[in-house]
Amino acid sequence: MGIISRGFSGRHGATDLKLPPGQHLTTDFPVLSAGPTPHVSLDRWEFRIDDGTDVLRRWDWKSFRELPTENITIDLHCVTRWSKLGTSWEGVSLDTMLADVKTDASYALVRSYGDYTTNLPLNDLMNKQAWIAFQFDGKDLAPEHGGPARFLVPHLYLWKSAKWVRGITLMHHDRPGFWESLGYHNCGDPWREQRYSGDE
Amino acid sequence: MWRVGTVVALHDETATARTITLKVSDWTGHLAGQHVDVRLTASDGYSAVRSYSIASAPNSETRIELTVERLRDGEVSPYLTQELAVGDRLELRGPIGGWFVWRTQQTEPIQLVAGGSGIVPLMAMIRSRVSACSAASFRLLYSVREPGAVLYRDELEALSDHDHSVSVTYAYTRVAPKDWPRPPGRIDAALIANTTWPSNLAPTCYVCGPTSFVETATGLLNASGNSSDKIRTERFGSTGDRQ
Amino acid sequence: MSSHTYDYLDGNAAAGELSKIFAMDVTAAKGQCAHCGATKRFAEAHLYMLGPGVVARCAVCEHVLLRLVNVRQRVFLDVRGMTYLSLDAAQLEASSDLDA
Repeated sequence: MGIISRGFSGRHGATDLKLPPGQHLTTDFPVLSAGPTPHVSLDRWEFRIDDGTDVLRRWDWKSFRELPTENITIDLHCVTRWSKLGTSWEGVSLDTMLADVKTDASYALVRSYGDYTTNLPLNDLMNKQAWIAFQFDGKDLAPEHGGPARFLVPHLYLWKSAKWVRGITLMHHDRPGFWESLGYHNCGDPWREQRYSGDE
Repeated sequence: MWRVGTVVALHDETATARTITLKVSDWTGHLAGQHVDVRLTASDGYSAVRSYSIASAPNSETRIELTVERLRDGEVSPYLTQELAVGDRLELRGPIGGWFVWRTQQTEPIQLVAGGSGIVPLMAMIRSRVSACSAASFRLLYSVREPGAVLYRDELEALSDHDHSVSVTYAYTRVAPKDWPRPPGRIDAALIANTTWPSNLAPTCYVCGPTSFVETATGLLNASGNSSDKIRTERFGSTGDRQ
Repeated sequence: MSSHTYDYLDGNAAAGELSKIFAMDVTAAKGQCAHCGATKRFAEAHLYMLGPGVVARCAVCEHVLLRLVNVRQRVFLDVRGMTYLSLDAAQLEASSDLDA
C-alpha cells in the first residue's frame, strides 16, 4: 500500500449500511466502459436467444416492448469497489423471455453490441434474478449507461450486467467472457467477494 | 516504481488551476512533454491514480512542476488544487512517455496546439526551448474558453512580445476580450490556415487537450496538408462539461 | 464503427500501467492491429481505462489491441489484438534531457 495522502478520502463516504466486503457507497453513477458506446437505432435493434447454431427466440424493439415488464429496485455493486443502492429500473424478466425456450444447456453467454460478453450459469438468469432493462429512474436508459437496453443481474458484480445487450447464447460448456478471460472471477458473487479468478 | 515528492511550493495560476512544485530527491530528469502518474491513498486503503503533465522544463535539479486544473466532478483534482499543502508528500510514477516529447536536438519548425489545460505539456516544451537557447521556430495556437482561463499568460506574453521566440495565437471559444478581432468560437480551418506553420515547411505538430478537441484539431491539421506522422497527440479526459 | 462519443484517452495514458511490463517506452512503439492491419504508434490507440481493466483499441477499427488487468499482486496481459509491437532499441527507455 502507498503512503497515506493527508486529508484525501476520494469520492466515497462512510456508511452504516451493509455493503459487500471491500465496497464503498457512491451517490453518483460512474460510467465505466471497455469500449466505445454503440449507437443502435431502435429500428435495427434486435435481441436473440440462440444455442450457438440455431436462433431459438428473436425480438425486435416493438415485440420486445410488448412483453410484460416489471419495476425493480436493486443495488449495484461494481468490482471497481463502488456500490450504488436503491436504483430503480423497468425491464423484462429473463423468466418471461426464456419461458418458451426448451433447452438442456447449463450456461449462458450474454452478448452486447460492440464486442463485450459475459458468462454465467443459466440458473443465475432465472427465478427473478435477471432482467433486460430499458428504463432507469423513470427515463429511457441513456446510451452511456447501456441504452437502449442492458442486462441486469444484481446479485453478481456489475460487470456481469452487460450494457447494450443484444442476445444470449445458451451453452453446454462454460465459456469465459470479456473480463472472465483475463483474471476476473467466473461467478462474481460480491457477498463472497469473488472479484478475481482464484478467489474462493 | 513509485517515488515520493514533497510539496515545496504552490501557486494559483487561475481561479481553478494551481501549479504544484515538488522536490523529488531521486529524480533523474525528464523530457519536455512527459507526464507523471500521481497516486493518492486514503487511510482506508482506497487509492486513485491520475496522470499529470510536467509543466517545468528539463533541468538538472530535482524539482518538477505540475499544473493541475480542478475538474468540477473530479475526485483527485479538487484535492490537489485545494487541500494539498506545502510539506505534504505525493507518490509519483514516471517520467512517462517517449512519443509526445520535444527534444532540444529537434531543429524543424514546431506547431503547438493546445485545448484548455492541454497547454501544460506544451509549456514544458516552450520552457525547454528557452532554457536550451534553441533556435527552433515555435508557434502556439492556444484554444481556451475565456481570458480568465489562460494559463501562464505573463510568461507567454513575454516570449511572444519581447523575445519573439514563440508566436502565440489565442482562440477564445466562449467569451472573448472586448474588441477581440475574432468572435468567440472553436478553432476552424481559417484559424489553422492563418496562424499555423504552412504544412509545406513540414513542421512537427503537438496537439494536446480534451479528446474531442484533439480529434477536431488533428483533422484540421491533416486537412491543411500536415501528414499524420508529423502530428503527435495527447488526449486528456473530458472537462466534465457536457455539450 | 468509429466512436461518436469522445470518451477515450490514448496510449499515453496507459503508459504508466504498461511500464510495469514493458521496460521500453511503449507510446513510441509501432503496433499493427491484428484485425484491420492498420499500423500506428501506440500513443494513438484509443484507451478505455476507468473500468475493471485497461483496454486499448485500434483507432481505425476499434477492435481490441491489448488488455491489462491488475489482480492483486498479478498483472494479466492480453496482446492477441496486435500482430506485432515494434520498439526502437536505441531508445532503451525514455531518457532524460539534461543539457539545460
